[in-house]
Amino acid sequence: MQIPLLSLLTLTPIAAGIVLLLLPAGKRGLVRGIALGTSVFTLAISAIVFFAYDTTAAGYQFIERLNWLPTLGISYHMGVDGIGAAMELMAGIIVFSGVMVSWRVQDRPREFFAFLLFLAASVFGVFASLDLFQLFFFFELAVFPKYLMIVMWGSPKTREYGGMKLTLYLFLGSILAFIGVLAVYFASGLRSFDMLALEQAGFALEFQRAWFLVIFVGFGVLGGLFPFHSWAPDGHVAAPTAVSMLLAGVEMKVGVFAALRAGLMLLPEGMRFWAPLILVLATINVVYGAFIAMIQKDFKYVIGFSSVSHMGLVFIGFASLTREGLTGAGLQMFSHGIMTALFFAVVGMVYDRAHTRDIRELGGLFRHMPLAMLGFVIGGLVSMGMPGFSGFIAEMPIYMGAWRVAPVVAIVSAISIVVTAAYILMVVRRVFFGETPEGIKPGLVDISIMDKVVVIMLSVILIVVGLFPSVLVPWIEAGVRHILVLTGGA
Amino acid sequence: MNFLAERLLSLILLLPLIGALVLLFFPAAKSRGIKITAFIISLIPLGLTLFLWGSYNTVSADGSFRFVENYAWFPAIGSSYHLGVDGVSLVMLLLTTLLTPLAILTSFNIKERVKAFMILFLILETGMLGVFMALDLVLFFLFWEIGLVPMYFLIALWGGEKRNYASLKFILFTMGGSLGLLLAIQMIGVISGTFDLVSITTTWPALQSGELFGIPAATVKAIAFWAFVIAFAVKVPVWPFHTWLPDAHTEAPTGGSMVLAGVLLKLGAYGFIRLVLPLFPAESARFAGWLAALATAAIIFGALAAAAQKDFKRLVAYSSINHMGFVVLGIAAAAWVGGQTDAALRESAVIALNGSVLQMFNHGLSAAGMFFLVGVLYDRAHTRKLEDFGGLFAILPLYGSILIFTSMASLGLPGLNGFVSEFMIVRGVWPIFTLYLALGMIGLLFTAVYVLKAIKLTLHGSLNEKWSGKLSEIKARELAVIIPLMILMLTIGWWPAWIVNLINQTVMSWF
Repeated sequence: MQIPLLSLLTLTPIAAGIVLLLLPAGKRGLVRGIALGTSVFTLAISAIVFFAYDTTAAGYQFIERLNWLPTLGISYHMGVDGIGAAMELMAGIIVFSGVMVSWRVQDRPREFFAFLLFLAASVFGVFASLDLFQLFFFFELAVFPKYLMIVMWGSPKTREYGGMKLTLYLFLGSILAFIGVLAVYFASGLRSFDMLALEQAGFALEFQRAWFLVIFVGFGVLGGLFPFHSWAPDGHVAAPTAVSMLLAGVEMKVGVFAALRAGLMLLPEGMRFWAPLILVLATINVVYGAFIAMIQKDFKYVIGFSSVSHMGLVFIGFASLTREGLTGAGLQMFSHGIMTALFFAVVGMVYDRAHTRDIRELGGLFRHMPLAMLGFVIGGLVSMGMPGFSGFIAEMPIYMGAWRVAPVVAIVSAISIVVTAAYILMVVRRVFFGETPEGIKPGLVDISIMDKVVVIMLSVILIVVGLFPSVLVPWIEAGVRHILVLTGGA
Repeated sequence: MNFLAERLLSLILLLPLIGALVLLFFPAAKSRGIKITAFIISLIPLGLTLFLWGSYNTVSADGSFRFVENYAWFPAIGSSYHLGVDGVSLVMLLLTTLLTPLAILTSFNIKERVKAFMILFLILETGMLGVFMALDLVLFFLFWEIGLVPMYFLIALWGGEKRNYASLKFILFTMGGSLGLLLAIQMIGVISGTFDLVSITTTWPALQSGELFGIPAATVKAIAFWAFVIAFAVKVPVWPFHTWLPDAHTEAPTGGSMVLAGVLLKLGAYGFIRLVLPLFPAESARFAGWLAALATAAIIFGALAAAAQKDFKRLVAYSSINHMGFVVLGIAAAAWVGGQTDAALRESAVIALNGSVLQMFNHGLSAAGMFFLVGVLYDRAHTRKLEDFGGLFAILPLYGSILIFTSMASLGLPGLNGFVSEFMIVRGVWPIFTLYLALGMIGLLFTAVYVLKAIKLTLHGSLNEKWSGKLSEIKARELAVIIPLMILMLTIGWWPAWIVNLINQTVMSWF
C-alpha cells in the first residue's frame, strides 16, 4: 500500500513532542537530537511530497481518508493540491531552520522543542486538511504552543502583552471562522465536512455573500488582514526567534491558506461580491504596513510590520480572482515565508549577541558577522521586490492581476516598493554599516555553524526561485487551475 | 562547441556571474590571487565580444537582431529569456566588456575586503550586459534593477566620506525612477499578453484608438511614455533628475566611478533608443521638443556647474551631465523626425542618432579615463581640491601629458573621438532643433572653460611646494589602464568608420 506521507508529516512531530515531554529534564543533548532528527525527517517528507506531486495531473494528491465521526460527517481526510504541496515544503524548511537556530536555547529546552514540534504538527496538518472540521482542528491546535512559547521564552518586556494580544485576536478570528464553518456545514445539506463535497455543493448566491466575509475575515485575522493586523508585529516581536520565524513565516500563511480553502474556494461568489472591499483593505495593508515599518526604532518591529505589508499582496492576489493574481499570491506565500524566516533568524542572531534591538544602538556589524549581513541583505532584496529574487517573481503576477481588475490598486501598492527599499536600506546602513558602538562590542562573535547553514539555505532558496521560477510556479499553477474552475473565472 | 557557439550571448552574459561564484570559494586572505583571477575572468567576455563583433555580419539576422536566444523563463506571466543584439547594443557590449577589466585593474589598489569587491564588480558586469542584450521587458527590467545592488554596495562600503548618504541617494533615486517603468511594463504586459519586445514592438504602437481601463488609449500611452522617460532620464541623467549623480560619482571608489560614468549612464540612453523610440513612436514625436529642452538644460547647467566646482572629481562628475545631454539631444531629434516624412530631415535624424550612439561610446571612454586619472592623483595626494594642486606638470610630466590628452578628448578636440560624435550630433540636430542647439553651444563653450580650468589648476602655474618630492609618477599598472583608452580615443578620432558603420547599419534600418 501507499505510504501515508501526509500523516507521517503531521503526526511524527506530535509523537516526537510527546516523547520529548516524557524524557527526564536535563538531557539537553538527547532533546536537541530528537528535535533535530524530527525536523530533518519532516523536511525530507515535505520535500518528497513536493517533488512527487504530479503537476500535470494537478488536483488533490496523496489522499488518505478514514471515517472518524460518521454521524456528524467528520472524517480524517488528508491530501494536498499544488499550493498545499508548496506550503508543506515551505513549512518543512522553516521548521528545520527554527530548530537549527534554537540550538543553543538554555531555558527548558525540553519543553521548548516539544512545543515547537506541536506547532509544526499544527501547520503541516492545516496545509494537508481536506476536511473542514479537521482543518479547523489543526488550525486551533497551534494556539496553545504559540501562547505558551511567547509568554515563557519571549522577550521579557513585552511577552505577556504580546502573547495575550495575539491569542485574543486569533481567538476572536477563530470564533468568527468557526461560526462560518458551521453555517457552511448546515447550509450545504450534505451533513459532511468533506471539503471536496462542499466545493461542489453549490451554495445559494445570497448565502455565499452573507457568510463569505465571516469565514474569510475570521481566518484572515491570522493572515494579518487590515484592520485586524495589529497582533502580528507585537506577537512577532515578543516571541522567541524560532517562534517568530514560524509565526510570520508559516502561521500567517496558515491564516490565508484557510481563508483560501474555506472562504474563496467554498464560497467563490462571496469572494466576487466582496473583492472590492478586500482589495481596499489589502492595499491599506501594503502601503500602511510599509510606512509604519519605516518609522520603527526596533529592528524586529521593522520586520514585523514588513510582514503586514507583504501579506497584503497575498490578499490582493486572491481578491483579483485572476490566474496571474492567484498564482502570484501562492508564490508570495512561499517567498514571504522563507524570506521572513530568514529575517527573523538574522534579527535573533543579532539580538543574541548585541543584547539590543534598537537600531540606534547597533552598528558596524558587517565586520563581526558578515554572513548574517548577507542573509539580511538578500532577505531585504526579496522584500523590496528586486528582480532576480523570489519576491519579484511573486509580486509581478500579483500586480498584473491587480492591473486586470483595478489598476489603481497596482499603482497605489507600488508606492510600497520604494518605501520598503528605503526602510530596508536604512536598517542595513544603521545596523551593519558604520562604526560599532563600544557598548555592544564585547558580545559580538560570528554566527555559529548551525546559523550559517540556515542563512545559506534560506538565501539560496530565495535566489533560486527568483532566477528559475519554474522550480515553483508549476505547483502553484496546478493549484490555481482548480481554484479557477471553482470560481468559474478566467 | 556548437552548444556554446549557439549561446554566445549567454556565455558573455553569465561568465562574470560564474566567475563571481568561483571567487566566492577563494580564501579571503589570498587577495592577490583574487584580483588576478577577477581580471582574467573579465577579459574573457571582452574576447568573446570581439569575436561577436568580427562575426556580426557573417551570421544571419532574426528580424533586426542577431545571435538570438529564446527560452521559456516565466511562462505564467508570458516572459521569456530572450536575448539578441543589433549594432547599437553590440557597441555597448564592447564598451562594457572593455571598461570592466580596466576598472578591475584600477581597483588592484583596494586594500580592504578585496574578495567582496571583486565579486560585486563581476555581478555588476552581468547586470549591465544583460540590459544591452535583453529582448524581453521583464528581463530588461531584471538586469536594469539588479545592477543597482552591487553598485550600491561598492559605494557604501568602499566609497569616500559621504558614502552612506551618496549610496542611499543613488539607489533610492534610481529605484524611485524605475517605479513608473515597472508599472508601465506591467500594464503593457497585461494588455499585450506577452513581454516579448519583438512582438510588442509591432502590436503596442499600433494600438491608438479606443479605451484602456476606461481612459482614452492616447492618454494612457502618454502616461506610460513619461513613466519610461522618467526612469531613463534619472539614469542618464537628464536635468532636473541629475542630483544623485555628483554625489554618487564623487563618493564611489575609482573603479566604481569609471563603470558608473562609463557604462551605467549609458543604460539610460540605451533605454531611450531600445524601448522608448520603438514602443512609443507617436508619443516620442509629440514630446520630443520637451526632451530636447531638458537635454539642452543638461548641457548648459552641466557645463556651468562643472566650471564652478572646486573638487576635481565633482568637476568630472558634472561634465558627464553635460556630455550625456548631447546624447539625449540627438535622441530627441531622432524621436521628432519619427513623425516626419521629409527625406532630408530623416537623413539628419540618422546622423544625429548615429552621433548619439557614438557619443555614448566616446563618453564611456573619456569619462572612465578622466575618473581614472583623478583617482591616480587622489591615491598619491589624498586630496581632490583643485586649489591644492598647481604646477604638477613639472614633477609629473607623463601623467600631465596623459591628463591633457584625455581632457582634450573629453573637450572634443578635432582628431580625437569626442569631436567626431559631437560633430555628428550637431550636424544631425541642426535642421531639427536649431534653437536648442544654438543654446547648447553655450554649454560647449563652458565645456572648454571647465576642462581648461582643471588642467590649469592642476598642471600649470607655480608648483605647490608641499608636493615636490611627494608625488610619484604614474605606474606601469596604471598605464595599462589608460593606454587602451587613449588608443581608442585616437583611433576613433582619425578613423571612426569601423564603429560608425556598425551603428549606421542598424540605425538606417529604423528610418
